[in-house]
Amino acid sequence: MNLVRLLAFVLVFACMAPTRAAELPGDSVYRLPVALADQDGHTFHLADRAGKPQLVSMFYTSCQYMCPLIIESLKRTQKAIAQDGQAKPAVLMVSFDAQRDTPAHLKEVFGQRKLDATTWTLAHTDAASVRQLAAVLDIQYRALPDGEFNHTSVVILLDAQGRIAARTDKMDAIDADFVAAAKQAFAPSASN
Amino acid sequence: MRIAALLALMLATASAAAGDYAPLPGGRFASVLPADTKTADIVVAPFELRREPVTNAQFLAFVKTHPQWQRGKIAPIFSESRYLAHWQSATSLGADALPDQPVTQVSWFAAQAFCTSENARLPSWNEWEFAAAADATRADARSDPAWRERILNWYSRPSNAAVARTGGDANFYGVRDLHGLVWEWVDDFNALLVASDSRDQNDPDRLKFCGAGALNLRDRDNYAVLMRVAMLSALKAADTTVNLGFRCARSNPSGITP
Repeated sequence: MNLVRLLAFVLVFACMAPTRAAELPGDSVYRLPVALADQDGHTFHLADRAGKPQLVSMFYTSCQYMCPLIIESLKRTQKAIAQDGQAKPAVLMVSFDAQRDTPAHLKEVFGQRKLDATTWTLAHTDAASVRQLAAVLDIQYRALPDGEFNHTSVVILLDAQGRIAARTDKMDAIDADFVAAAKQAFAPSASN
Repeated sequence: MRIAALLALMLATASAAAGDYAPLPGGRFASVLPADTKTADIVVAPFELRREPVTNAQFLAFVKTHPQWQRGKIAPIFSESRYLAHWQSATSLGADALPDQPVTQVSWFAAQAFCTSENARLPSWNEWEFAAAADATRADARSDPAWRERILNWYSRPSNAAVARTGGDANFYGVRDLHGLVWEWVDDFNALLVASDSRDQNDPDRLKFCGAGALNLRDRDNYAVLMRVAMLSALKAADTTVNLGFRCARSNPSGITP
């Protein structure tokens, strides 16, 4: 019995292995060994997101002006990508604010913004990992003494293996080029 | 008792081999990048800084024990192709990389990994700037025109000249080669947002920056420091250049001399 369970465990592990960091392409963002926690407090690694393309952005919840705009822009972009009957792409937003954006607080914002739980993830990670993730995504940010953050607002399309396929800093309207690139990535033939 | 003494000795030996750190007191500091993006001083907590930049010999020892950071093995997401290109091979220096020259052509990720290996981290920009404000006798020599002139002379040297060896004169804190040798990575190189405020939807840069907007540079005639900021803020984490190296720092909350 124990042996069977052990074998089952080994098999499950072996099946998971291909999506693990070492098996990913060298230019995959998922190579970064960062641990995150989602709005429900579940911990996961970036590499766990491999398998399907997704949209990624960084933000912080106490931002009054810009961050709601990023969320709205992501919702619109998500809709535009899915308008031809494709499934809505997953969205991962990671907070710059390691101190205040705890999973519990992210959960509150998740409700306030009426985010779709089947596709959206708001995530927390520690300050050093925030710096690394921003570096790998080429996002600039700076903590200010009043608790605000200065940051570049960017939405990034990662392909199924975590490579950066497209990026946009256009938040006030749909970026047609970005949507086109995303549709291509999400097309059934592009899945790998 | 004897074991404790032995342990202390072993620790001292280990840290000497891993790099020698100088204690810096920190304090209020007029950074060229004001804390609130306008005029406020920043506060630097007590910390320790490597007395010299990391050398080729030290980085070679690191990649030998951490093969995933060797040239040819490092994942491209963590470094571009010129990574350590001036070394003879992945595990030997050769004629173009002397052991006591500062290591260059290393990415931010590789620099971070090296510092982690000696229980340290990259310094923040403010820590680096705090240490680099000193000359041989003063903690803050930045307002001295002669000091500025000396530093600017280095920046005007052609970048294809060979990188000098480490071991320049120690500054007020006992730290060497902050100026005149190489550019240096800082932990928050991607925090030096220098651009116009673009929160306005009609701004041509659109919504590039959020929060309080971009930084208002202070002390604009301190060209030597501003050139560093401009250079660092133009880099991506996987970039390497022939004259960009690094040194490591450690937090030292007690402020006690190690």
